[in-house]
Amino acid sequence: MTLRDPCPVCVPFERPLSLSLSPRQVSGLLRRRFHRTAPAALQVTVREAINQGMDEELERDEKVFLLGEEVAQYDGAYKVSRGLWKKYGDKRIIDTPISEMGFAGIAVGAAMAGLRPICEFMTFNFSMQAIDQVINSAAKTYYMSGGLQPVPIVFRGPNGASAGVAAQHSQCFAAWYGHCPGLKVVSPWSSEDAKGLIKSAIRDNNPVVVLENELMYGVPFELPPEAQSKDFLIPIGKAKIERQGTHVTIVSHSRPVSHCLEAATVLSKEGIECEVINMRTIRPMDIETIEASVMKTNHLVTVEGGWPQFGVGAEICARIMEGSAFNFLDAPVVRVTGADVPMPYAKVLEDNSIPQVKDIIFAIKKTLNI
Amino acid sequence: MRKMLAAVSRVLSGVAQKPASRVLVASRNFANDATFEIKKCDLHRLEEGPPVTTVLTREDGLKYYRMMQTVRRMELKADQLYKQKIIRGFCHLCDGQEACCVGLEAGINPTDHLITAYRAHGFTFTRGLSVRAILAELTGRRGGCAKGKGGSMHMYAKNFYGGNGIVGAQVPLGAGIALACKYNGKDEICLTLYGDGAANQGQIFEAYNMAALWKLPCIFICENNRYGMGTSVERAAASTDYYKRGDFIPGLRVDGMDILCVREATRFAAAYCRSGKGPILMELQTYRYHGHSMSDPGVSYRTREEIQEVRSKSDPIMLLKDRMVNSNLASVEELKEIDVDVRKEIEDAAQFATADPEPPLEELGYHIYCSDPPFEVRGANQWIKFKSIS
Repeated sequence: MTLRDPCPVCVPFERPLSLSLSPRQVSGLLRRRFHRTAPAALQVTVREAINQGMDEELERDEKVFLLGEEVAQYDGAYKVSRGLWKKYGDKRIIDTPISEMGFAGIAVGAAMAGLRPICEFMTFNFSMQAIDQVINSAAKTYYMSGGLQPVPIVFRGPNGASAGVAAQHSQCFAAWYGHCPGLKVVSPWSSEDAKGLIKSAIRDNNPVVVLENELMYGVPFELPPEAQSKDFLIPIGKAKIERQGTHVTIVSHSRPVSHCLEAATVLSKEGIECEVINMRTIRPMDIETIEASVMKTNHLVTVEGGWPQFGVGAEICARIMEGSAFNFLDAPVVRVTGADVPMPYAKVLEDNSIPQVKDIIFAIKKTLNI
Repeated sequence: MRKMLAAVSRVLSGVAQKPASRVLVASRNFANDATFEIKKCDLHRLEEGPPVTTVLTREDGLKYYRMMQTVRRMELKADQLYKQKIIRGFCHLCDGQEACCVGLEAGINPTDHLITAYRAHGFTFTRGLSVRAILAELTGRRGGCAKGKGGSMHMYAKNFYGGNGIVGAQVPLGAGIALACKYNGKDEICLTLYGDGAANQGQIFEAYNMAALWKLPCIFICENNRYGMGTSVERAAASTDYYKRGDFIPGLRVDGMDILCVREATRFAAAYCRSGKGPILMELQTYRYHGHSMSDPGVSYRTREEIQEVRSKSDPIMLLKDRMVNSNLASVEELKEIDVDVRKEIEDAAQFATADPEPPLEELGYHIYCSDPPFEVRGANQWIKFKSIS
């Protein structure tokens, strides 16, 4: 569990005290105000953030609706849609039978006819049953129709490894969906990410795949004041620098961002300052932010939960080589990824099948030749 | 009346472009309408079905005749252009099945919705696009209805969602459009078509289940032309009673070669859906003269005799023509006039489709995303960039 440091700009402006107070009262008040945390920031879990984001968009636009397995009366398989059915009812929050291909197609059809569906896959592993509808019916249609038929749909759900759920329930789909033109693919890490990106996805007139992470759902983050606004949006296609650094650039998305920040904290004690970039969006990829960082640090390590071959890191490597940052590299780009195996069950095996903090630290030291 | 006056005035003004027989045609008295008997539909889970008689007005008859003839000639022109290699790739023709697209359209409103699979040119026309726009899309030109980006299987119009290449995928899409109809509460319905081959796709049964559960205003329509590509229905389906395959969904089996039968069945099914009872299934028994696509001569899995028999006994255009002529709704000459007119329309459209330039290369990257600011799309290598606008 990682808590984000309070954002330094969130300290409120100090108003002058009334002069009618005694000096002792004044100094007492000053002391208390100095130690008080920023009142406007809020602790919100990723789950709550997604819930809030969906709630706000459901309220804002009556064409928005949610469908998927257990999203209504069960409050969501992972409780992400808790309370929404109670608030919006059967018309807007729809429980589906176990028919991914069918209900994904229904969602796409509804989007073609002008509604704005949020189609939940209980996990993205099950989206494989429906992937034809996501790619062939949703992603490609605006292009094939010569710009006549938009498909304003959101596909969301947990993606990637969980804990002890083994091979069929642990696959990361970032590379698969990130491969396809016509789709937008986002991968939130923090609560702020989750809220801002789900809202942007819902308001986007294109098919957007939102790759959430089950292990992050319960993690609380401080939600800065601006993220508490009902119009708070995070632009799709823009990465965020979570931590400034000078020696090496670490690029990641989703839960591994936490591990990268941990690795950065450890390395900081050894005098190595890592710049940690949270991609936020897989497609369209913000390669410019990565390039600018590499031109500053001269070293790059990519970290992802998915398999190495044809993965997100592989794409970053290719683009860095093709672009302006290549000549600034002092060492080849290094990738840290999930192990190239179907996810095993036993804890020791599973732990070693996903990138751990020690793996990231090792990779960073390798690239810095330390 | 208008036609008569126009013809007479043309003769009087001396600009007699048409032969004298036209004046005779114009001055004949036709019946305004006629009543016809139509085949009773087989029913599944329905107490009663569509009526067994129907009234056809002269105006409607002429309109249907013209539309069917246009689809017929357009498809034959596409055949010709394909053989000249001006059309490439996939080209699935629907000649023989004209009564389906024209009959369905006759039974619904323009504000209703329709989606079908890849044998879609006829529906693209009946849903409102011009032959020009359709042929130019087939030839891949900028004047095509999808600007040359889609081709034969990806044509879209208002309330017409294509044109879909993945067999069966359009059926859940159609159920979703029906969901939107119900959601919006404007009494609109969605016609969701698929073939006898697609009828065995699992996702169709998923769509049946959800449509029935949620009472979606969806007419599922199986266009049974007896062959899924080269596989006859007996070799593909354990049950060829496609109108019963919806199980808990009521169904009717309709003579898809008789446009009046199709129209009445559609009116019946549309009324059923609009009343809020949920989905209904229609099987249209029809036939395609061409093979599955232009790559298929269509005679390795069926006999020429069979094709010839359908052509001579059940051709939809011939059936309508005979009915109209025999009931004095129109004359042979008048219908011939329409034929000539249609041929001209198709010829003009083909000229356009052949002469219109291809889309400009600059537009290769257009329409990736909707409502987005312009961005760059990668070409075949990192130095080739295309601009993408929405």
